[in-house]
Formats: sequence, structure tokens, C-alpha cells
Amino acid sequence: MTVESTAARRPRRSSKRTSAAKTPQSSEPPLVQLLTPEGERVEHPDYGIDLTADEIRGLYRDMVLTRRFDAEATALQRQGELGLWASLLGQEAAQIGSGRALRDDDYVFPTYREHGVAWCRGVDPTNLLGMFRGVNHGGWDPNTNNFHLYTIVIGSQTLHATGYAMGVAKDGADSAVIAYFGDGASSQGDVAEAFTFSAVYNAPVVFFCQNNQWAISEPTERQTRVPLYQRAQGYGFPGVRVDGNDVLACLAVTKSALERARRGEGPTLVEAFTYRMGAHTTSDDPTKYRADEERAAWEAKDPILRLRTYLEREKIADEAFFTALDEESETLGKRVREAVRAMPDPDPMSLFEHGYADGSSLVDEERAQFAAYQASFADSAEEGN
Amino acid sequence: MAVEKMSIAKALNESLRLALDTDPKVLIMGEDVGKLGGVFRITDGLQKDFGEGRVIDTPLAESGIVGTAIGMALRGYRPIVEIQFDGFVFPAYDQIVTQLAKMHARALGKIKLPVVVRIPYGGGIGAVEHHSESPEALFAHVAGLKVVSPSNASDAYWMMQQAVQSDDPIIFFEPKRRYWDKGEVDTESIPGPLHRATVARTGADLTLVAYGPMVKVCLEAAAAAQEEGKSVEVLDLRSMSPIDFDTIQTSVEKTGRLVVVHEAPVFYGSGAEIAARITERCFYHLEAPVLRVGGYHVPYPPARLEDEYLPGLDRVLDAVDRSLAY
Repeated sequence: MTVESTAARRPRRSSKRTSAAKTPQSSEPPLVQLLTPEGERVEHPDYGIDLTADEIRGLYRDMVLTRRFDAEATALQRQGELGLWASLLGQEAAQIGSGRALRDDDYVFPTYREHGVAWCRGVDPTNLLGMFRGVNHGGWDPNTNNFHLYTIVIGSQTLHATGYAMGVAKDGADSAVIAYFGDGASSQGDVAEAFTFSAVYNAPVVFFCQNNQWAISEPTERQTRVPLYQRAQGYGFPGVRVDGNDVLACLAVTKSALERARRGEGPTLVEAFTYRMGAHTTSDDPTKYRADEERAAWEAKDPILRLRTYLEREKIADEAFFTALDEESETLGKRVREAVRAMPDPDPMSLFEHGYADGSSLVDEERAQFAAYQASFADSAEEGN
Repeated sequence: MAVEKMSIAKALNESLRLALDTDPKVLIMGEDVGKLGGVFRITDGLQKDFGEGRVIDTPLAESGIVGTAIGMALRGYRPIVEIQFDGFVFPAYDQIVTQLAKMHARALGKIKLPVVVRIPYGGGIGAVEHHSESPEALFAHVAGLKVVSPSNASDAYWMMQQAVQSDDPIIFFEPKRRYWDKGEVDTESIPGPLHRATVARTGADLTLVAYGPMVKVCLEAAAAAQEEGKSVEVLDLRSMSPIDFDTIQTSVEKTGRLVVVHEAPVFYGSGAEIAARITERCFYHLEAPVLRVGGYHVPYPPARLEDEYLPGLDRVLDAVDRSLAY
């Protein structure tokens, strides 16, 4: 079976408009796929993959545990334990596939939704929740797992990734850098500048765009008139669209792009064509702007289900594996739940701790004022007694 | 003793050269900083001597320059970024305010951002729009940044050394109309800390506080006032964030009068912050309200009007007279 015959193609738009200028894309371009929505393994001429049964089961486990963690975080938000949560539901294959393509010495610059990539890097999931609970703005040490802090302002981190990659090249290292962003970010000037800088300096960076079709309420059509991966061509580096719900294809394509970067051949843009199954965040209401049918269509392409079908059909995993994984999922959910509930509020004086590395006389003065103010309550409490 | 007379431009060039020479992690990045040596020639000859990998000509994109400098810093480098003119910094303002200033705190101190952003600033050179602005308050207002400006060659040399060694991001405002003013630089004797104000001229009746290009104007005003028998002390603030309020307080407790002078608009300017804090600290010493002399709340005017807009000798003396009249 060829890729062309199995690639998920959207039907032609049944628009009555005749002007080409009004129909930016008459059909979706082909994407790299190694596992069809029906769970059939297919070959691609440019992207091969050769995984052991253990490795394939590992990808499945990663996706399942990430989804379980994500569901727990959404539940914790509903229970008032988190102020906000940005769910990755539906994007597990894009994140696990690309995340597992990385070497330990590679460096990741995520958005705020890369929970699956964080998982692959070995960042404890509970560390991701501090910022959503409001006890810090991130706080993990980026250099422990070569996983930078979540970046909230859209697209900024693509420049940090590019600069970091320029430094990697300067050091003569053969590691690579990956920058995550989305379809909405593709409209940001910083992303355009990151493309320019990475191209002219031939920086070893992979731009991994998860096109999840929605930037809060705005569809990709509001961001671009051409398929996003084609943007790369204008900057002078390759772009490729991959089935973002196919973990095998995401792994193969990302690995290939990373290797290209390591060889000193410069950046690659990977557009992982996927779908945000949930809301933008727990504060969002997708029923106001998108149809149920669309979600249903994407549910049929679910990244976890298709791999499960494949595992079962090829007898790569047995019932005992799935049962054990269910138990592991519940254990993870319980651990996350308990860790979040036990997460203490920060000490008030910590307000003044990390504004400056070398300190500041202004902060010192305000810290002293604040401490005196706090202490004044202790005095009055004593007097009251 | 290695005392040499040189211009502010030369002092900056020598200081950058020393920084590149001392620490292989120091980089210079910016538009035209390489072969051309920058539009003001501050980096003249540095690419020739240190190579294209250390003195990096960048694409014409300020946000990209600062954003990639942040990435370089995360990789362990110490980038010195040149923004060509004050009015061109705003495309990079997002990266500076949103990322550069906050990333250290975001990481609970686990990463450092030793980035220096050099900005030639201020008017008086007869330039077209966007080439004469003084946006220092817009940066001083942002926690996580430190903001400094030298007024003379010695400070240009040493403050740049200290800025490069700082583990915090520093916005380094260079008084472009004073680039060619000469002064003595002792390259072997480190003066005081980066964020300490200095007494540029001692006096007894009134304190003038200024920084960058306005220090010279204030020194001239103090000399003119002396001829009329008025003894004016001039403080060179040097650092707009943090501000050395102790030095200002000591002076104002002595003189009882304070006038703050800057090119930037008075409204919400650093003079407002100094006036508020010093009023609080020196309430019983003040003989007159703190006065401010600066730009007006209008967009920076065309060159033929800038002499009316910028504080000059007469406007400073007028404020001195008004203060002394209380």
C-alpha cells in the first residue's frame, strides 16, 4: 500500500466560490504517514522506521500515561486545585513521537502545552503543575533535562531555540535543538525572525509546529493561505507535513530533521498535522466556535487508538500489557493528585528572592519594608493577647 | 598608572575589546557591528581582530537579535547586543520585557541571563525621527532589568566592564551626542560599583541630579550659577535602575533643594520617581519642592525644534532660580 493511497486527505471544499483568490487551498497536501488511522502499517519512500516491539510498546505507554496525566490535571482544575490547565488531548502522538526522537544532549524549547515532550525528557509531571496552580511560573531547572521552561507568550521561544542552536554550533557540538510552537504562533513576527536567523546562520534547530487546527477560536485559515510547512521554502530550508496523530511518522520525521541539523545542514520545519481534541484551556468553550462533527471526524484518527489496533493486530502487546498499563496509569493519576494537593503556597518573603541574580538595592529596600509590614501584624497579635 | 585621554566612543571600543579578550564567552551581536564597526563605529575593528564568530553581524530584526541573544545566554554565552538607535529598540521590547527581564525569576534563579543591550540614546544630533529618543524609564520600570548610562569616558569604559560581568540583564544607554567628548580613563583603577551615583561637582545651595548627556549641561549650569554666587552640587546618577537614593539623600540633606534633569519627557520620567522617594526621605530637609526639567509630553520633535524641547543651560538655570526662590 502506498502512502499516496492511504494519506488522510480532506475532501475537496464544496465551495461554490470560483475565484481562486478566495480558496486558499483546494485540497490538503499529502502528509508523511507510517500508521494509518485504521492502524495499518504503511511504508514511505523517504521516512523509514525500524523499532523493536519493546520500543513500540514504549511509545504506546508514553502516550497513554501522558493522556492520563493530562486528564488528571483537567480534573484537578475542575476541583479548584489548579487555576488553569492547557490540555494536550489529541496531540499525544506529535509530542511523544518528536520527544522520543531526541537525544539526551538535545535541547527543547516548549510552549505551555508540551506535557508529552516533558514526559519524554524525564521532567516529573508534578513539576509542570506548579505554574498552573500558581505557586511558581515554572521553576524547574531547564538544564537538568535540557527542557526549557514553558513559554506562554506565543512564538517567543523559537528565537531562544535559534540562539541556543547558534551557540551549539559555535561550541562545535553535534547536538540539536527543537522549538515547539503552533499554527497560531506561525503568524508571530518572532517565528518569522527565527526562521530567518536559523537559515542565515545554518543553526541546528528543528521547528516543530503542531498544527492543531485551532488558535483558541481561530481556525488555521485565519493564520495562513498556504499549508504551513511550505513557509520553510521561502526561508531556504525544507518543510515537511507529517500526520501528527501518527506516533511512528512523527518519530521518523523528527529524527530525520534532527539528524540533518546534527550534520550541519541547518533547520527544518516539521508541521505535525493534528487536532486539539479539547478546549484551548480549561477557561475555553469550543462549542461556541466549532462543530461537534469536526471533533468526531478527528476522533476516528485518534493517535492512541490506532497504535492499540496495530499492537493488538500484530500481537505486539497482550492483554497483560494493557492491564498493567491501566494500573500504572491509575497510580500516576493518584501520585499527581496527591502531589498537587500537598503543594504548599510559597513563603511570602520569597516574593523578593529571584528578581535579580546579583541583587538590587531597590529590591533590598522593598523587602525590608515588606518584612517590617508583615512583622507589624505579629506585634499587634501579641498586644491583642 | 595607565591614564589615557580618549573619547567616550573610544573608551567603549576599548572596553568591548577588553571584554572580548578576557572572556571567550563574550559575543557582540547587532546590525552592522562587524565590518562597518557599527553606525557610530563603537565596535570598529573588533570583528577584524576577534572574527565573525565573536562579533556577529545580524539580520535586520531587533526582536530576533535580542531573542537569539537570550538563547545564546542560555547556552552559556555572554552576548552584548547593539541596538542601532533608541527608537529602534521597540521591535525588541517584547523580548526584553517579557523574556529577558523575567526568565531568571521564572526559573526560580536556576538560570542567568547575562545580556547587555547597548542603546545609543538621546537627541541633539539633528537627526530624523526615531533617532533621538530617551526611553530609559520604559526599561527602568521593568523589574528584572538594570538600566545604566555613563556620562564620561572613564565611566563608559568601566561601566561597560561591570555591565558585561553582571549576571543580570543590563540596558546600557550611551549618550550618543557625547560620543566624541574626551576624558581621562585610568584603565588600571576600578572606580566604584556600577549602580552608585557620583558627585560630579560639589556645592552647598542646591542639588542637580542628571545622567548621560545631561550631566555636561548640569555642570555648565553649575559653573554659570557659581558666577552669580550660587553653589550648586551636581550628581551623576549613572544608574537609573536601581537608583542610588542614599547618595541623593546625603546631598539633599546638605543643600535642601533638588532639581532633576533628563532629556526624556518629565511625565512619568525617572525624575518623578526621584522626586517622590526623596520627598519621602528628606521631607524635613527640603526648602523647596523637587523640580524637574526634561522633555515635554509630545513625540520627539523635528530637528529644527529639538533645541526648544531638550533641556539646555538656560532651562536648567531657570529651574535652579525657581527652586532657590522658595
